Amino acid sequence: MTSGPVLSVRDLKVEFASRRGVLRALDGVSFDIGRGEVLGLVGESGAGKSLTGAAVIGLLEPPGRIVSGEVRLLGERIDALPERQMRAVRGRRIAMVFQDPLTSLNPLYTVGQQIEQTILAHLPVSRREARRRAIDLLKEVGIQGAERRADAYPHEFSGGMRQRVVLALALCAEPDLVIADEPTTALDVSVQAQIIALIRKLCLERGMAVMLITHDMGVIAETADRVAVMYAGRIVETGPVAALVGAPLHPYARGLMAAIPRLDGDRERLAQIPGAMPRLQDLPRGCAFCPRCPENFAHCHVERPELVTRGEHRVACFLYGDGLADRAGDDGAAPAPEMDGAPGEAVP
Amino acid sequence: MIAFVIRRLFQSVIVMIAVGLIAFTMFRFVGDPVNQIVSIDTPREQRERVRQDLGLDRPVPVQFAAYLVRAAQFDFGMSYQFRQPVRGLIGERMPATLELAGVAAVLALLVGIPMGVFTALRRDSLLASLFMAVSLVGISLPTFLIAILLRYLFSVQLGWLPSYGRGDVVMLAGWSTGLLTASGLKALILPAVTLALFQMTLITRLVRAEMLEVLRTDYIRFARARGLRNRTIHFGHALKNTLVPLITVTGLQLGSLIAFALITEYVFQWPGMGLLFLGAVQNVDIPVMAAYLMLTATIFVGINLVVDLLYAAVDPRLRIAARPA
Amino acid sequence: MSTPDTQRRDGWSARARDNEVLASLLATPMALVSVCVVLAMAGAAALAPWIAPSDPFDPGAVSLIDSLTPPRWVEGGDPRFLLGTDNQGRDLWSAILYGMRVSLIVGLSGVALAAVVGIGLGLVAGFAGGRIDAVIMRIADVQLTFPAILIALLVDGVVHAMVQDSQRETTAMAVLIVSIGLSFWVQYARTVRGSTMVEKNKDYVQAARLMGLSAPAILVRHVLPNVTGPILVILTINIALAVITEATLSFLGVGLPATQPSLGTLIRIGNDFLFSGEWWIVAFPGATLAVFVLALNLCGDWLRDALNPKLR
Repeated sequence: MTSGPVLSVRDLKVEFASRRGVLRALDGVSFDIGRGEVLGLVGESGAGKSLTGAAVIGLLEPPGRIVSGEVRLLGERIDALPERQMRAVRGRRIAMVFQDPLTSLNPLYTVGQQIEQTILAHLPVSRREARRRAIDLLKEVGIQGAERRADAYPHEFSGGMRQRVVLALALCAEPDLVIADEPTTALDVSVQAQIIALIRKLCLERGMAVMLITHDMGVIAETADRVAVMYAGRIVETGPVAALVGAPLHPYARGLMAAIPRLDGDRERLAQIPGAMPRLQDLPRGCAFCPRCPENFAHCHVERPELVTRGEHRVACFLYGDGLADRAGDDGAAPAPEMDGAPGEAVP
Repeated sequence: MIAFVIRRLFQSVIVMIAVGLIAFTMFRFVGDPVNQIVSIDTPREQRERVRQDLGLDRPVPVQFAAYLVRAAQFDFGMSYQFRQPVRGLIGERMPATLELAGVAAVLALLVGIPMGVFTALRRDSLLASLFMAVSLVGISLPTFLIAILLRYLFSVQLGWLPSYGRGDVVMLAGWSTGLLTASGLKALILPAVTLALFQMTLITRLVRAEMLEVLRTDYIRFARARGLRNRTIHFGHALKNTLVPLITVTGLQLGSLIAFALITEYVFQWPGMGLLFLGAVQNVDIPVMAAYLMLTATIFVGINLVVDLLYAAVDPRLRIAARPA
Repeated sequence: MSTPDTQRRDGWSARARDNEVLASLLATPMALVSVCVVLAMAGAAALAPWIAPSDPFDPGAVSLIDSLTPPRWVEGGDPRFLLGTDNQGRDLWSAILYGMRVSLIVGLSGVALAAVVGIGLGLVAGFAGGRIDAVIMRIADVQLTFPAILIALLVDGVVHAMVQDSQRETTAMAVLIVSIGLSFWVQYARTVRGSTMVEKNKDYVQAARLMGLSAPAILVRHVLPNVTGPILVILTINIALAVITEATLSFLGVGLPATQPSLGTLIRIGNDFLFSGEWWIVAFPGATLAVFVLALNLCGDWLRDALNPKLR
């Protein structure tokens, strides 16, 4: 294996052609995920998190399409693969887990059948071997009595158990990357913790890269190694989880952190970010967050800030120096507008 | 499961008794049955005797019970119109209707389902739009107009197919079938196509709508994200999930197939039950009307029962729900 | 993912919705054409007494000498009869206009009856619940398995048995309307019942009950506006179905008599002459019926899509 990142996304732009004109839903998103690393992608609904996941796995719903940028999996470009080759990537090398385990499983097949079907689609194994692997997988994700439960239908499982089945399905062809789109949102709080622990464990044991999409900063704090905060189709801040959760820089990220309910310390009133994210068709000319930002100043209204490095963080906000000047300096140091890679990883 | 079947059976019996009540009311209170049997100048005593023979002097609930018992043996008395037992009249004509409806149903399913799948999967193709346009016309054209049109084109103008009747029939164990003779099969084509056309368009549109709905679901997205083949996704996952609504509608439509068979039979003078019923309505032949009502009700109720059982076979969720708690 | 605007009671958003419906109409040429066709045909039917060249109901105005005249442009045509005449010498063009009128009167009244009965029973079933609900919905289930044509034929047969033949002409239309009304009510009842059951458990209805206000009155005010969309769609498609049902019954000879012909009656008359080559008696009424029903169905399809927030 190369020492580079498992997934590398560069300057990804996704657009939707609609009757009212072209909407840019993702605008220059770049990030890397290394082996055994969990990258948390956070933001409000509509920020473009799920869209990023769908673009990576090549399941953008038309009329959405990638207009520029690159997606590389272990160095190989996959953003423009023909459908047939992309199908071999999906499930085999990149797996995806959706939000709602209730609706992610086909109600008319037993869970065993669904896992075997997926294994047989990707691996050259016999039916009997597929069955054996399916049961092993169910055991691995913590299903009691896997031999028996493999013949049960999805509706015979509880929500948490179903999400475990969904994880087993995602893992069955041993993918390099798992995209988990709000994997715990539909679950009870107690079950959430179990699923998070399971994802963490599988990621470490199997050395997979995980892209964890969520709006829940609590989940991020417990699971992710690094965090990227998205707002209106862009990444506004990224950094190691401790730094970002402990001392967020971007006013939006600070707002998100303040909105996490804390059980320790004083039960302060939960902070809220006033207003709502602008719709894609009426993004302001300057910083997209500026209308809701408590600290905005004149310049924010006229220009969009670029990501600049501040300690362990990279942040797109004019509060942290003049974006343009800094980026010019960056360009001198590193030829490509690189994001920080995994900790300790050298930028080629 | 057994409790479920029993509950369903019980409901079916209630429905049949209700329909029987309607049939009995028609028979007993619409016009005087005695007047239909005897001639106008029959003396009073003889009328009374007929009345007693028919049991019309007994209390109404007793009459109803007796009527139900006889109906269960399919004894509906004499047709006012033909002066023959209704049972024989219907028995003669039933095979013709059932063959027509059966062939039409098979035709509708065999053509309708693939067309529905195709129009859903190749939504933007020209052929799919063409199918949809044709299906809209098919759903808008009344059956009798289609029948007239086909008959005019293929028998009056082109002279390819007979314009009425059933052709030669063969008796097989008391069942007269037209499926075994060339002229019988030829005569079947136009009526069967007429009858199938509406159902076919309906099935096409239903399968298309359901497929489109299912293709949007999470489990199809998840199946795609797992890299399954398109064929597996479309036929193994999507089509299978459209089966439940398809069974419902097909079941319900079998009822209207019988109703529309009546129209087809009328245009093509197909000697089936519908034609008999139509004559009965025009001539106020209550026993035949009542018998037809009971018979179609039995068929509908039977179909509904089968549909309910089929659900359980297709959808494991219902199997659980059907199990006694 | 923007949440669709679900506030329907708000006057402003209701108006915005109407505008959107109008906009979608203008953006869908097919729908626009069909709405125009339906309006034009309904208008022509309504104005039949003023625009028809002759009155086909007036026995004095027709003469058997003119019978079976082909359309004007065909050899043997008569300039007085644009589309030819039927077997009694009635001008077909006038007969179609009047027939359309009859078909529409029957269709609209039948559907109106069905809607009133269905909405009423739906409200009662949804609100009362329990046994009453069970009984009404069971009847609906049974009713649903019986095709409208069969019910109509049965009603027709029973009525025929009860009234004298001389009265048949006067009762024929009423019988048709009642038959259609009786066979089409189920869909309305189901739709309204569903909404009623959702709405009746909402807090404001409970609050109104506690305050001693009449909950049914509140339900009518809140449930009905919520189901106008679906009901409108059912209405449109049902009118098409009712017109077909009427035409079918008349075609089968149990609907309207030849003295007050609807489109179906005209087709029935024409069908007898098809073999001898007088095609026009079937063709023109048939085409009129088909175009009208097709246009209505297209309107219904479009309306369903336009009112469905999921598809917008």
